[in-house]
Amino acid sequence: MYSDKVLDHYNHPRNVGSFDKSDPTVGTGMVGAPECGDVMKLQVKVNPETGVIEDARFKTFGCGSAIASSSLATEWLRGRTVDEALEIKNTDIVNELSLPPVKIHCSVLAEDAIKAAISDYKKKAGSAQPAPAAAQA
Amino acid sequence: MKLPIYMDNHATTPVDPRVFEAMRPYFTEVFGNSASRNHSFGWQAEDAVEKSRKQIAALIGANSKEIVFTSGATESNNLAIKGVFDMYAEKGNHIITAATEHKATLDTCKHLEKMGARVTYLAVQQNGLIDLDQLRNAITDKTILVTIMYANNEIGVLQPVAEIGKIAKERGVLFHSDATQAVGKVPVNVISDNIDILSISAHKMYGPKGVGALYVRRRNPRVQLTAQIDGGGHERGMRSGTLNVTGIVGLGAACAIAQAEMPEESKRLSYLRDKLKDRLLAALDEVYINGTQEHRLPNNLNISFAYVEGESLLMGINDIAVSSGSACTSATLEPSYVLKALGAGDDLAHSSIRFGLGRFNTEEEVDYVAAKVIDVVRKLRELSPLYEMHKEGIDLSKVVWAAH
Repeated sequence: MYSDKVLDHYNHPRNVGSFDKSDPTVGTGMVGAPECGDVMKLQVKVNPETGVIEDARFKTFGCGSAIASSSLATEWLRGRTVDEALEIKNTDIVNELSLPPVKIHCSVLAEDAIKAAISDYKKKAGSAQPAPAAAQA
Repeated sequence: MKLPIYMDNHATTPVDPRVFEAMRPYFTEVFGNSASRNHSFGWQAEDAVEKSRKQIAALIGANSKEIVFTSGATESNNLAIKGVFDMYAEKGNHIITAATEHKATLDTCKHLEKMGARVTYLAVQQNGLIDLDQLRNAITDKTILVTIMYANNEIGVLQPVAEIGKIAKERGVLFHSDATQAVGKVPVNVISDNIDILSISAHKMYGPKGVGALYVRRRNPRVQLTAQIDGGGHERGMRSGTLNVTGIVGLGAACAIAQAEMPEESKRLSYLRDKLKDRLLAALDEVYINGTQEHRLPNNLNISFAYVEGESLLMGINDIAVSSGSACTSATLEPSYVLKALGAGDDLAHSSIRFGLGRFNTEEEVDYVAAKVIDVVRKLRELSPLYEMHKEGIDLSKVVWAAH
């Protein structure tokens, strides 16, 4: 029923935890709703000089596929710039985890969480610094 | 102790080896058609069927002539509800049922609505029980049937059937009860419970799948049903089709065992159920029991582990067979309509697990299940952003969620 990769992320979730939301280098994305049966919190910690995501954390309320999608997202986020992070698509997650059609919404939620976390970081960086550091090419 | 552990006895039960032994000769040796009137093969089969009828009747306080064999409780419910609707069409077209009934009842009622029936779906209280005043107020001079289940298949609550039956009787309305989960588990008596029609299934009480029965009262009042399956006129014309003699023998044997062992078995199961419940409640915070604990099957525990999603919990306890009310575990991607009807909120439905203990569960298994569930719930709560928010003192009901 579950792919080996989903089971692996479920049994050994990567990068579980939380950063301080008020830290200006941290972007937080919280998506989903308890009534729908899944809520994802995804956080990135960005180096303001380079724009590179140095660390990522997640916590997820949801099925095994939702947990695996967000766990995988944190792995993929580390080392990317904030702009490269936005290139992660839900279909990449579907392919990597071999999610069945009924679980595609889990990957969509993970993509939404990434976007929300990056947008939160950009908003904070924009208001904290007069000239936000441009991501290096 | 053998893994995996089966603790989903509301879904089905294994056949008791004693039931299987009783059935065994009827596959190959005593194979006659119970409707064959002129040779010993038929007579032997008929004797076996009549013995089973008596065993079932004895368990529910009925007369053996009032038992109609069916393929199971879904068919029994269909026959009861559609049979009354067709037979009593001149008297009225109104049926009263409850929101937490099994789909075999709800979907039958929905079907009849298309055929001109008017159906009242009574809400339930937060404890899972219907409000008797609402029932009284719902009855009109067009009401022909009240159909309310004896014990709920998800939360195990026992409806006040004797009072429901009394109200129906006073108003001259027939009372059908789907007693699939109750018969063989708690004392059921069609006389003292004022039941006119009662659905029974074999495979929920250690009998075989594919066989059930319908009790149809013969006097005070004499209930008549329009057959839904036409043919050779078996079962007093109410249900045609060659009888499943082997299955029927199994159902009878299961009833006899249940009757003999019920007092002891229900004591043992409620002890195990309470042990499981107490262990979980002692070790974990934010755990909620769904449905009244006072009026409940001895073997049922339906419990929500707040801030943990049901399917992920099932994944962590994959050597234990139980069910969840979570949307992710259902074909429709909707959380349990029974739990939603209790008004506790969809989030608790997503977090619910149904434990159905049975005859073959041991105390060692209960200890294992309790320890494993506690371990996995703790692990998943470490992963849960909702549990983290709860611990920070955030009222989750006040949060505006970005729905997707």
